[in-house]
Amino acid sequence: MSTTATGPASTASEQFALRRRSPVQRIQHLLHAHPSISPFLVLVLSFVVFSIINPRFASPNSLSLVLQQVAVIGALAVGQTLIILTAGIDLSVGAVTILSMMVAAKLAQGLGLPGVIAVAIGIGLGAAAGLVNGGLVARLKLPPFIVTLGTLSVFTAIGLLYSKGQSVQSVDMPALLNWTGETFAIGQFHITTGVVMVAALYAIVGFVLANTAWGRHVYAVGDDKEASRLAGIRVDRVLVSVYATAGAIYGLTAWILIGRAGTASPNAIVDANLESITAVVIGGTSLFGGRGTLLGSLLGALIVGFFRSGLALAGVDDQYRVLAVGLLVIIAVSIDQWIRKVRA
Amino acid sequence: MTTATPAVAPVLSARGLVKTFGRVVGLDGVDLDLYPGEVLAIIGDNGAGKSTLIKCLTGALIPDAGEISVDGRPVHFRRPQDAREVGIETVYQTLAVAAALDVASNLFLGRERRRAGILGSVFRMIDKKGMRREAAQALEELGIGTLQNVTQPVETLSGGQRQAVSVARAAAFGSKIIVLDEPTAALGVRESNQVLKMIEEVRSRGLPVILISHNMPHVFKVADRIHIQRLGRCAGVVTPASHTMSEAVAIMTGAVTLAEPNGNP
Repeated sequence: MSTTATGPASTASEQFALRRRSPVQRIQHLLHAHPSISPFLVLVLSFVVFSIINPRFASPNSLSLVLQQVAVIGALAVGQTLIILTAGIDLSVGAVTILSMMVAAKLAQGLGLPGVIAVAIGIGLGAAAGLVNGGLVARLKLPPFIVTLGTLSVFTAIGLLYSKGQSVQSVDMPALLNWTGETFAIGQFHITTGVVMVAALYAIVGFVLANTAWGRHVYAVGDDKEASRLAGIRVDRVLVSVYATAGAIYGLTAWILIGRAGTASPNAIVDANLESITAVVIGGTSLFGGRGTLLGSLLGALIVGFFRSGLALAGVDDQYRVLAVGLLVIIAVSIDQWIRKVRA
Repeated sequence: MTTATPAVAPVLSARGLVKTFGRVVGLDGVDLDLYPGEVLAIIGDNGAGKSTLIKCLTGALIPDAGEISVDGRPVHFRRPQDAREVGIETVYQTLAVAAALDVASNLFLGRERRRAGILGSVFRMIDKKGMRREAAQALEELGIGTLQNVTQPVETLSGGQRQAVSVARAAAFGSKIIVLDEPTAALGVRESNQVLKMIEEVRSRGLPVILISHNMPHVFKVADRIHIQRLGRCAGVVTPASHTMSEAVAIMTGAVTLAEPNGNP
């Protein structure tokens, strides 16, 4: 075939397109290609600053504690990331986690069910709750914000009614339910089994997102639902599977939470909704869907943990952490808005 | 001899398509034939039923009445996926690309290829390298050498390049028929010419193309036959040889009526 040989730049607009980018534009393009750079820099910077203010911050003891504190929100952020990648949001994270936890704990206590079955029921219940959310979002086309705002109340109420508002103490539960809180030493670090499980969760879900067709479809659906549908993706199925997977992750997190808290209390993790969303957003995942990485959410959760520990060790009022995290959220969303304007 | 109907069996044919939207009549009994290796343009004024017609042919809409057959076999599309399965690939006006995904991912969107062996069957890993290689090859074959980097996100491409990605996606998967909805509407002169050249390239491979367009010079440049829609009906099928541009426009606007709308004026 005949191709007209177009020179390196033949029109004024092409000359313009080939112009040298300013440093700011290069940063914009870099962040666009790798959105987890900014949370990574914040994490490193906060580590350095907090270590200088109080050297105890960088001690294995203190860092081990940060990891244990971050585990629960970090795990919830995995499910939240999946949902936010599809341009959704999940306000029922905490409610689903508590419902799963109370049912698993009560069944193990009251009926004397073996730990394995109680844990499996907890995860299954989380997945079922996710199916409800996903079904309402995908089939009835309701906005995720409204759906999960509703199920937040529904699942919270069911959890409280079922548990009659009472906690279950660790001594009343099979050992397996508390297993996630067991610590072991790696060098000078004290790691819990729960922390290891969260690390494994990130590795597995991160692998699936980056390397499978399902992972691609999660991004594509969040990016452009109509384009995905026309490309032959079953958008409904992807959405339902994302919410169900997230729900199962919350069920698993319930188990980690029992180990971390030592009890199953219906009043636990009241801030889980906002904190998990905070971790995801600080991690550079776009609330508009289709952009972001799971690694970013891990960094986001760690940043919040670093601020909590670092500011406490600096002897500062905890409200400054709340203030700082709030500012980070606004900065993160601003950066996202800015890098989404990248054009050729 | 002015007949615009070749004497071979059509690849795609539609008979008596009707589609209504409440009281609005989108299609009012439309016939259409697409023959092997031709570019069939569909022109018509706004609201003439061009888009409705191709949506029925590509499974995006389900006609209320009428028959569609591919290679002589009747088909009933209920989803775009159904049409794609029999080999009808569509490039939508909105381009239907996921802007944040890269070029290769978009080319393979919805039909990702898995890696060989256990990595693919058990771990469900997709073959990123292979897909990138094939994507680059598919673009190269269509003469889009300017788009070398298939790992760049589609949102960083120009309109013409995005169009090229969409056309390459449609042409790359052993398809039988390619439908292009207003492929040059949003493009500049140079980019339009690239797309027209791409259409000719696709035709030279023996793939028939249905081209919906407002742009008469483009239509007359590449089309073998021109199906003129007017008020939900086919007002006639002409060829660039049998009619001039202004005659086609006259038929389109109703200033002239063809005695025999199905190709024998």
